[in-house]
Amino acid sequence: MSERAAATLVADTWQRFRRNRLALAGLVVVIALAVAAAGAPWLAPADPAKQSLIEKRARPGEKFLLGADEFGRDILSRIIYGSRVALLVGLLSVAIALGLGLILGCLAGFAGGWVDVVIMRGVEILLAFPYLLLAIAVVSALGPGVLNTTIAVGIWGTPTVIRLVRGAVLTARESEYVRAARALGATSGRVLTRHVLRNILPTVIVYSTLFMANAILVEAALSFLGLGVPPPTPSWGLMVSSGRDFLLVAPHIATIPGLAIMVAVLGFNLLGDGLRDALDPRLRGQV
Amino acid sequence: MLTFVVRRLLLAVPVLLGVVFVVMLTVELIPGDAVALMLGEHATPEAVARLRDYLGLDKPLLVRYVGYVGRVARGDLGRSIQQNRPVVDELADAWPATLELTCAALVIAAAAGVAAGVVSAVWPNSLFDGVARVGSLFGLSMPVFWTGLVLIVVFALWLPWLPVGGMGSPSHLVLPAVTLALPSLAMVARMTRSSVLEVLREDYVRTARAKGVAERLVVAKHALRNAAIPILTLLGLQAGQLMGGAVLTETVFSWPGLGRLMVKAIFARDYVLLQGAVLIFALAFVVINLAVDLAYGVLDPRIARQG
Repeated sequence: MSERAAATLVADTWQRFRRNRLALAGLVVVIALAVAAAGAPWLAPADPAKQSLIEKRARPGEKFLLGADEFGRDILSRIIYGSRVALLVGLLSVAIALGLGLILGCLAGFAGGWVDVVIMRGVEILLAFPYLLLAIAVVSALGPGVLNTTIAVGIWGTPTVIRLVRGAVLTARESEYVRAARALGATSGRVLTRHVLRNILPTVIVYSTLFMANAILVEAALSFLGLGVPPPTPSWGLMVSSGRDFLLVAPHIATIPGLAIMVAVLGFNLLGDGLRDALDPRLRGQV
Repeated sequence: MLTFVVRRLLLAVPVLLGVVFVVMLTVELIPGDAVALMLGEHATPEAVARLRDYLGLDKPLLVRYVGYVGRVARGDLGRSIQQNRPVVDELADAWPATLELTCAALVIAAAAGVAAGVVSAVWPNSLFDGVARVGSLFGLSMPVFWTGLVLIVVFALWLPWLPVGGMGSPSHLVLPAVTLALPSLAMVARMTRSSVLEVLREDYVRTARAKGVAERLVVAKHALRNAAIPILTLLGLQAGQLMGGAVLTETVFSWPGLGRLMVKAIFARDYVLLQGAVLIFALAFVVINLAVDLAYGVLDPRIARQG
């Protein structure tokens, strides 16, 4: 693919993407999240750690736009700072899943034989764990914390990437154009980067976006259970969890941070769906 | 058909052995002295010796694995540290509650999801379709634990119609089951819509309509049956989603099931009990997927013939 062809592909994709209103809404949410995470110190109206016990559990109002939590901390500021944890864990776990998945998937697809059998059996075994349980097991053994949460979420996402990459490698290996490239003397490395990886790029982009949504949900769930990010770091799941004890007197403490989780996840889901339809209409309904 | 069943059963064996291996490995990940960590400072020497012997941490990995598989096969999952009871007994006490919750959620998700998906597909781009599609996007994006809390605030605190938590009467089941069902319901509705829409475009549906089959029958007999395989696959996968979601739902609603037992075990650093709970969930998931696989053979005889 030449530079110009690549530029055309991006332009084409954008043309299709632009017409999808839901996808645009998703893009706006994701950009807003990124801005909130990057500009938290300037955007947050208050210090997210500053306690004010006289104002604890204050209702949403003039001083606290979204109310104050059980320690009198500004919920809006904590939500803005919480976007950092959500995006950080999401991006790093996507990176782990993609890195491991690409290496192992290529290995399985190119090497074949017993290497393939071992890797794919491993994938099946990891996929045999119900959603969240593998992450819970890993984090409870490693101990809570941002890094361990990220590792757990990343491991959880890896098997699917391995399958995607291996499938693409196998398809490409049998295709006419790769045989032609081979016959012309292309090395495995060249076949891999120019043909296989280029081909699965759209799928990988879509999967990563949708995985971000899931990673944010899993991080929030682990933090809610007390296994993720430790307090006082502002994490959305942790905020919902600590508000649980005040549902009757101050329901906003638990419910408002949950809205932030939902909006963020919705944003990535919409963006992922939109990218799938725009990048390759053939992928519709597959990822 | 018989070879198909036997083949699928045999394929599940290595997966089960692998699952047991991974579950055993989780204790390996614990940094430092796992036994000291689990039992705390005031443990009696006998308790320490017994746990060390059970975990066999001084033996090579393979020896331990073979021993562990043997014990699991005999139904010996060790003793829980907190209650000092066999883990199997603790799991046996908790699993009926989880089964009740997940089955109720699965029924809600399947029934409401398939119904909504079919209506959406039969009248695409109608008002109902629009609402259902937007609703399912939200359903997929809402964290289960948060939905549960919102439902508690609305239906148990503001409108005191349903109990806040616990287990007992059927009314106790409503909120947790609905909470747990929502994300799966959304998935099922989306999947049903797209697969029924696809089938409705097939030639055999056009043929059925052309020969005057009532639309109701076209949808029920031709479209839904042929759309059943992807829906069934999804339901099998959703069972895993439901089990993970059950951990959160049970925590929110104080539902005395495996999920809550598991969370308690984590905080008590009772890794033996945790291992047992994870193992039971994973085994159940493998068995469910096996059942789904076998059901394909019934729904689509071509699959069984291929083996």
